[in-house]
Amino acid sequence: MSDLSIATPPSAAEPDPPGWARNSYLNDGHTLKSWLLTLDHKRIAILYLLSISFYFALGGIFAALIRVELATAQGDFVSPDFYNRLFTAHGVVMIFFFLIPGIPGVLGNFLLPLMCGAKDVAFPKLNLLSWYLYNIGALFTLWALVHGGVDTGWTFYTPLSTGYVNTHVIAVGLGIFINGFSSILTGVNFMVTIHRLRAPGLGWFRLPLFVWGMYATSLIQVLATPVLAITVLLLAAERLFHIGVFDARLGGDPVLFQHFFWFYSHPAVYIMILPAMGVISELVAAFARKRIFGYKFVAFASVAIAVLGFLVWAHHMFVAGISVYAAAVFSILTMLVAVPSAVKVFNWTATLYKGSISWETPMIYALNFIGVFVIGGLTGTMLATLGLDAHIHDTYFLVAHFHYVMVGSAVMGYLGGIHYWWPKITGRLYNEFLSKIAAITVFIGFNVTFFPQFILGYMGMPRRYHTYPPEFQVLNVMSSAGATVLGLGYALPLFYLLWSLKFGKKAGKNPWGAVGLEWETTSPPPTGNFDHAVVVTHEAYDYRPAAPAKEAPVVA
Amino acid sequence: MSHDTHGAARPGLAHHFDTYEQQKESATLGMWLFIVQEILFFGGLFFAYALFRWKYPVSFNHASRHLDVVLGTFNTAVLIGSSVTVAMAVRSAQIGKPRRIVGYLLGTAFLGLVFLGVKVFEYHHKWVERLIPGPNFLLEGPGNDHAMMFFSLYFAMTGLHALHMIVGIGILAFLLKPAWNGKYTPENHNMIEGFGLYWHFVDIIWIFLFPLLYLAGRHHLL
Amino acid sequence: MWQNAPLFPTAASELARHVDYLFFFALFFSIFFSLLIAGLLLVFGSKYRRKGPDEVGVAIDDHAPISKTLEMTWSAIPFALLLVMFGWGTWLFFHQMRPPADAVEYWVTGKQWMWKMQHPDGTREINELHVPLGRSVKLTMISEDVIHDFFVPAFRIHVDVLPSRYTTYWFKADKLGTYHLFCGQYCGVEHARMVGRVVVMEPQAYEQWLAGVRPGRGPIRTGEELFVANACNTCHRPDSSARAPILNALFGKSVALADGKTVVADEQYLRESILNPASRVVSGYQPVMPTFRGTVSEEELLQLIAYIKSLKLPGAEAAPAAK
Repeated sequence: MSDLSIATPPSAAEPDPPGWARNSYLNDGHTLKSWLLTLDHKRIAILYLLSISFYFALGGIFAALIRVELATAQGDFVSPDFYNRLFTAHGVVMIFFFLIPGIPGVLGNFLLPLMCGAKDVAFPKLNLLSWYLYNIGALFTLWALVHGGVDTGWTFYTPLSTGYVNTHVIAVGLGIFINGFSSILTGVNFMVTIHRLRAPGLGWFRLPLFVWGMYATSLIQVLATPVLAITVLLLAAERLFHIGVFDARLGGDPVLFQHFFWFYSHPAVYIMILPAMGVISELVAAFARKRIFGYKFVAFASVAIAVLGFLVWAHHMFVAGISVYAAAVFSILTMLVAVPSAVKVFNWTATLYKGSISWETPMIYALNFIGVFVIGGLTGTMLATLGLDAHIHDTYFLVAHFHYVMVGSAVMGYLGGIHYWWPKITGRLYNEFLSKIAAITVFIGFNVTFFPQFILGYMGMPRRYHTYPPEFQVLNVMSSAGATVLGLGYALPLFYLLWSLKFGKKAGKNPWGAVGLEWETTSPPPTGNFDHAVVVTHEAYDYRPAAPAKEAPVVA
Repeated sequence: MSHDTHGAARPGLAHHFDTYEQQKESATLGMWLFIVQEILFFGGLFFAYALFRWKYPVSFNHASRHLDVVLGTFNTAVLIGSSVTVAMAVRSAQIGKPRRIVGYLLGTAFLGLVFLGVKVFEYHHKWVERLIPGPNFLLEGPGNDHAMMFFSLYFAMTGLHALHMIVGIGILAFLLKPAWNGKYTPENHNMIEGFGLYWHFVDIIWIFLFPLLYLAGRHHLL
Repeated sequence: MWQNAPLFPTAASELARHVDYLFFFALFFSIFFSLLIAGLLLVFGSKYRRKGPDEVGVAIDDHAPISKTLEMTWSAIPFALLLVMFGWGTWLFFHQMRPPADAVEYWVTGKQWMWKMQHPDGTREINELHVPLGRSVKLTMISEDVIHDFFVPAFRIHVDVLPSRYTTYWFKADKLGTYHLFCGQYCGVEHARMVGRVVVMEPQAYEQWLAGVRPGRGPIRTGEELFVANACNTCHRPDSSARAPILNALFGKSVALADGKTVVADEQYLRESILNPASRVVSGYQPVMPTFRGTVSEEELLQLIAYIKSLKLPGAEAAPAAK
């Protein structure tokens, strides 16, 4: 079934596959300087890949420690204070330094110019600056973590964070602030690239849906992130100078902080999911070898999610002291934003009808995504229902919901994309058997970790508790066991992907037989992306029965 | 390696753009998007101001009286003047007069520094009058119990605005030498245009700040 | 660990059971759609497996009628279902957040990291709340420091407990038992240990328990003492409004303020009038009332408010005995 053979070093007997490039962007300059001062979007994508992987591992270590503590009902592994710093660190690192920059930084950077038929993004120097800002912001946060961390939760609610803790709130805030500029500049860069750098003939409705997803994401990055920036500044001012905006004793309002915070942080979750949805559109189209059903609906759904996502922030605050009328307004708006997501799921599923489906690893990740996203999305609508949220708010039901959409969905999308475009990025194929094992392990591990948490939440286990009543233990043990499996599933790709760099079979131009501009150049691409002027004359996902001969697929 | 056939034939055209037109449109769109996010950035403070002014109208009106409306008006005029000079700098670039670009940019910087100088003077005055938010804040009298909130927002908003002006003047300094050397031609002067847009934006923020902060509660005097 | 591992929490009130009905409705459709999508993915996935290396799928034209019909259908049906969930949930929420008029009032103060309860008769409890079966109980809550949250899974409701602002929690327990009380909003180091119990007892057993516990003086009584001790009564007299507004029968009425606004004299208004009187000067008066911030604690504020609420106009019936 699958090709287990690892390639032997190239010899005279085995020619390189057509479309594999010995000289590409990867060896266009060998010095460290040529990498650290690169203006090539593809090299910047690799730089992001390295940073993102590091912070994912760091966030994962925090998660592992949390699950070890939660395996027993007593607080016996770490002190309560340390546990609070752990879950804060886990949230801050995963959200700001992995999920938000993740797919845009790695896959967006690599693919956007290729998919637009362009030579680079609109502002290559800003692109490099974005990566540096991200790392500088992350370093501030690392500094704070090394010096004891923060214990406010990643949500920094006032007045706890402004007057009742003596941890490095401002340092972490500064790190997030600087990182925010990385996000904003990336958003600006991508939007201008899509507006102005499309090749001749590439109208908006001929673009791959990944580009639409990145456009919608960039819209949110540009409009929402500055509100986070001002929130962090106000938080610092309150903490340092007691200006009073969030202090009820000085005439301010602690709930005002929540409005400010969630005005960014809700759209932020769409920054995390829209790129992943874009990846899924690409995967489904490629592995069913047909145009996504309802292309325009999916494209507009991305933009609708971005826009509507700005109108629902107070659904995090239903029981925070807002009026029941305000709560009702936000509840119905949240129901509205669920519809375009549902539309996408149905469209992906319908695409499989009369498709020509091949179950390689990227497609397994796509399948994982859709299954898990349905659960994550539907539980989101339960949380949006006022009468239910009164009960499950801030319990493990919520924790399960957001991990289903952020980990189950966004991370699966990221991994699926990495596996799909790996041959294009590196010119190498990985071991398909091992990658399938990893994908299935991740799926099983993920569900065993997080499904029990829905039950725990409905039973009443609040979030951010390191110790809990004994009747919650069975499910917690199950969750911790699942986390171990999940961790293994995440670790495995590290090995076979790195292995493939040296020993993997060389990839040709188009190992999957997919349709897309990125597959019309060599693997890996040259620095200038294309060796010919790009003119687009066909629709997106133009799979024709009598297509020119594609190379033999990866799996026999 | 790259397709740098532009080189000498088309100076100032980055390798990933096909035409000057495309490069200019990209630069303009990029700057507009940056400005939109700046509006959202200041927007948070404007929202907080609106909220607390609605909650404490008496305190805010009283506190606003302690701002010098003469200096504020003067500063408004200075800033509008600096927008005129920067518009003239852009015009000079459009018609290919490099020395004039430098002249108008210097004029803009000068007016900007005047503005900042006045603000320093005003801030110092607030320090003397004990109107800096914090433990030393003191404003007695009826209806003044939330005056500190007003001043917190005053310093936050004008401070952030001043910071943007300082950054603007800093960027301006880097434009002077290339402008003098004729780098900004009628076909390609995106940096000047972009800077002009940014400067106008900073001006517009002040146009909103001035009446909100300085003229609150003075309407009945008209 | 294995003996006591239920998968569903007890429902100890009528509203709690309504929450469960809504949950089952949502759960049913969630399971339905999850299985539907998963099923379709698997069925299509196997039925349309690629048969040859050059095979491609058969695209359906975007403009085909079936395409538009499907898009409309699978937008409309989910939205309709979501509207039902919204409507039902909102109706339920309005009931959850609005205590009935006959609810008996208790007071709760949250602070890092404990709950302080006060019964109508003045009995105090720490981290525990004994209540009688079948009676509507309304908790008026406030925090002394950060934001907390009062959460009893058996009643299926969270309400945040805020500093400087009263929030309300109500329930009507219809099942005897002892139920978890959790703090549901992260509040610092010992957040996970800011837990307690709600004990629902037969009404007679509750009365006996109250009598057996160290009897407290009701908050109205204590409030009256505070009112005198702080010299409130020197200006706020029931028979003359010359020096200060009359407080008798004030609670719940509209008040015209000096700045032109009109407010309702509720608990929040009374609290602010005591702590920051200059911000709440009544129309026609000078701002001469001193502030009592720092002089009265949160609990004493609750007692003063209870007293003021009980004040009737002279000639009307005397304030009812605290119960």
